[in-house]
Amino acid sequence: MKLNINGTAHNVDVPKDMPLLWVLRDRLGLTGTKFGCGVAQCGACTVHVDGQPKRSCVTPVKFLGNSKITTIEGLDSPQAKAIQDAWCAIDVPQCGFCQSGQVMTATNLLTEKPNPTDDDIDGALAGNICRCATYVRIRQAVHDAADKLAG
Amino acid sequence: MSVQPINTGRREFLKHSALAGAGLIIGMTLPGRGRAQVPDPDSGAAAFFRPDGSGADFSPNAFVRIAPDSTVTVLIKHIEFGQGPFTGLATLVAEELDADWGQMRARSAPADAELYKNLAFGVQGTGGSTAMANSYNQMRKAGAAARALLVRAAAEAWSVPAGEISVSKGVITHEGSGKRASFGEFAEAASRFEPPEDVTLKSPDQFRLIGTDVPKLDTSIKSNGQAQFTLDVMRDDMLTVVVAHPPKFGATVAGVDAAAARKVPGVADVQTIPSGVAVYARDTWAAMQGRKALKIDWDETGAETRSTKQITADFETLSEKVGDIATDRGDVAGVQSRLAKRLDAVYRFPYLAHAPMETLDCVIQAQGDSVEAWFGSQIQTMDQQAIGEVFGIEPGKVVIHTMYAGGSFGRRATQASHLAREAAEVAKAHGKSRPLKLVWSREDDIQGGWYRPLNVHRLSGGVDDDGNIVAWDQTIVGQSIMAGSAFAGQIKDGIDPTSVEGARNLPYRLPNLRVSLHSPASPLPVLWWRSVGHTHTAYSTETFIDELLEMAGKDPIEGRLELLDEHPRHAGVLREVAKLAKAAGPAPEGRARGVALHKSFSSYVAEIAEVSRGDEGPRVHRVWCAVDCGVAVNPNVIRAQMEGGIGYGLGAILFDAITLEEGGRVRQSNFDSYRSLRIHEMPEVEVAIVKSDEDPTGVGEPGTPPIGPAVANAWRRLTGESVRDLPFVKPA
Repeated sequence: MKLNINGTAHNVDVPKDMPLLWVLRDRLGLTGTKFGCGVAQCGACTVHVDGQPKRSCVTPVKFLGNSKITTIEGLDSPQAKAIQDAWCAIDVPQCGFCQSGQVMTATNLLTEKPNPTDDDIDGALAGNICRCATYVRIRQAVHDAADKLAG
Repeated sequence: MSVQPINTGRREFLKHSALAGAGLIIGMTLPGRGRAQVPDPDSGAAAFFRPDGSGADFSPNAFVRIAPDSTVTVLIKHIEFGQGPFTGLATLVAEELDADWGQMRARSAPADAELYKNLAFGVQGTGGSTAMANSYNQMRKAGAAARALLVRAAAEAWSVPAGEISVSKGVITHEGSGKRASFGEFAEAASRFEPPEDVTLKSPDQFRLIGTDVPKLDTSIKSNGQAQFTLDVMRDDMLTVVVAHPPKFGATVAGVDAAAARKVPGVADVQTIPSGVAVYARDTWAAMQGRKALKIDWDETGAETRSTKQITADFETLSEKVGDIATDRGDVAGVQSRLAKRLDAVYRFPYLAHAPMETLDCVIQAQGDSVEAWFGSQIQTMDQQAIGEVFGIEPGKVVIHTMYAGGSFGRRATQASHLAREAAEVAKAHGKSRPLKLVWSREDDIQGGWYRPLNVHRLSGGVDDDGNIVAWDQTIVGQSIMAGSAFAGQIKDGIDPTSVEGARNLPYRLPNLRVSLHSPASPLPVLWWRSVGHTHTAYSTETFIDELLEMAGKDPIEGRLELLDEHPRHAGVLREVAKLAKAAGPAPEGRARGVALHKSFSSYVAEIAEVSRGDEGPRVHRVWCAVDCGVAVNPNVIRAQMEGGIGYGLGAILFDAITLEEGGRVRQSNFDSYRSLRIHEMPEVEVAIVKSDEDPTGVGEPGTPPIGPAVANAWRRLTGESVRDLPFVKPA
């Protein structure tokens, strides 16, 4: 099976119903994408499929076809840079385990809505659990990134 | 590397330790911007560590390594899972070393109790919000000693008196001659000297880094996916292992039909181990598919088969009798007849899972008579002993690489080392030397026990004609966390200190106070959960005092302050939080505010919550928080720990309960049935840090206890309803 991941074509020999998450992690060594629940409840496994955030833990590889898959390792856009810089500027992460997923979702939000409100942020990120509850800072950092991009 | 043998028995070593309130973790956080080393699983801390000081680095002591390129790496003896020891402990070294923050690095110390014990425990481990408190002087001395040796080397090379040399931001300078050097230039020369026995530490007014928001060392790699957690450790030829655990607590494997499991593509082995049935496969998915195909007969003799409804009812019956006495002053019984008004209340606190973002996991490899393990080991000394016991080898032969862990909240500080033990059994049963990665699913985590114990509190109290609270009688019923564990030596006169902490030492001036305890046993394993006993005692005591003050016609803040005349630090945070809320103006229409105050792990925290009626129950809009934790080493980290502690506690009191059905099965299984607070449910949080020159105390846990009672007190003001049966929103 062929997968287009971070701009590179990968040939993988895996069962068709294997979720993308485990192909990324266990077969390709792309460990930035995390396992948190396995049932699309926590968002730690969020990747972009053709630019849209997707829960890789419940996405069988057979459905991916020629889609462009982007993981945290392949994130490369002005929005992603702004988000990650903002994350660093106010030290958002605590344990850090959910933050790949948070960054992937926040990057997509900023790409679609350059100037999100608090409600937009809450709506977009409500599917991403952070057990350390870094939510106050996530909200702040998304606003900071939007301001930075707006110049 | 050499590992010191540990001769103390597993059950002995904590007997006399100062681990009262053995809580957890969550201390303070401080690693910095892109500076933490990405741990290299192939070399790991063990290879990095050179006890004899050999190699290129200057190793003046067990904690500080200075390389020729002037980078300073601090070996951190406490596990980093968000609470901040990487940054915090590195800050202490950098302060006394007069290093520039940009040259600082951090990495996990190896497991070696002789060198890296927690000075509060006597063994290597993290918990009770002690990371900063027990390291404060030790790490500063380590930095000061390294500085003294660098200065001596410079003085010799430049032929000037050491007293004329100054160090600032990583530069060694001799004013008179104009000579300057980096640390790296003298790293080798400094290695030739014996470390000084005594060093002079800075006084707080000389601090340059302590008290500032230095950037955390691990933020960058935690924002770009590079941070290596246990789950990310990949070794050549490694198999992934999942274990089918018993469906009821205390059940065991009676028989297994593994034929179908073995046929699942990728499954390499199936073995029965003491904790269940292990499935070994080439990847996690195959292992999970294999587990699904197992057919297991369980022996339920001795299992907990009661429902939580029944357990709660049993505890309520027990609470009608006075238990073992934890505190008894004045004459609670005698004063009952003189009460003008009386209040009786029964509180019910459910089992709680910790649900850290990264589930339990461990990579292990046994080769010959040594074992190597990579995981979020929180009490390394106990984990070494557990693995050693399983293999019949000296604990010193067990090498542990402490990895970044995706949260803990107490879950990784298992007093029975059950994860390390299971990993060892998995490796022993497989019998080969290949590396194995044990992974728990979220269902394993939520249904796997080791919960915050279910508790019932019965309180009765009252006020006299003058509005004085003259009686307070509290009976607590809850399973002991320490009983039967290595910590059992701390149980005195039937009292597990973690069951009554926060209640037996109530700070209020109450003339007649009695706290007693029943500790019924169960096969269900329980564990400390972020702030341990304070999770329930803060709730019952702070809501009960609020109601008594209201009964006495007193203001919740002024009324508390009147009773705190002997506790200035309690009063200090209470005044500070009142000031914060006042500055925000009155609560808008439809909202009410409630206050709570609680000391835990030697830190003082007061919180005010502003609450309205939401669709399901309380909607918490804002929280003001004041904390006194002594010297504020990194205020930004302290604020973050208060924010996180509030969010963690809020999710639990609003939504969470682990419940057992009739027969003893756990009803919840994942985040759909065991809810976590989500971003739209997170209040705004404003934190004030009370200035103090006292030695620093913990911040990982103390933010959690006050949030529940603050919300409950606000809710009572808003609705008239006293919520004593948690959570607020009942699980489906």
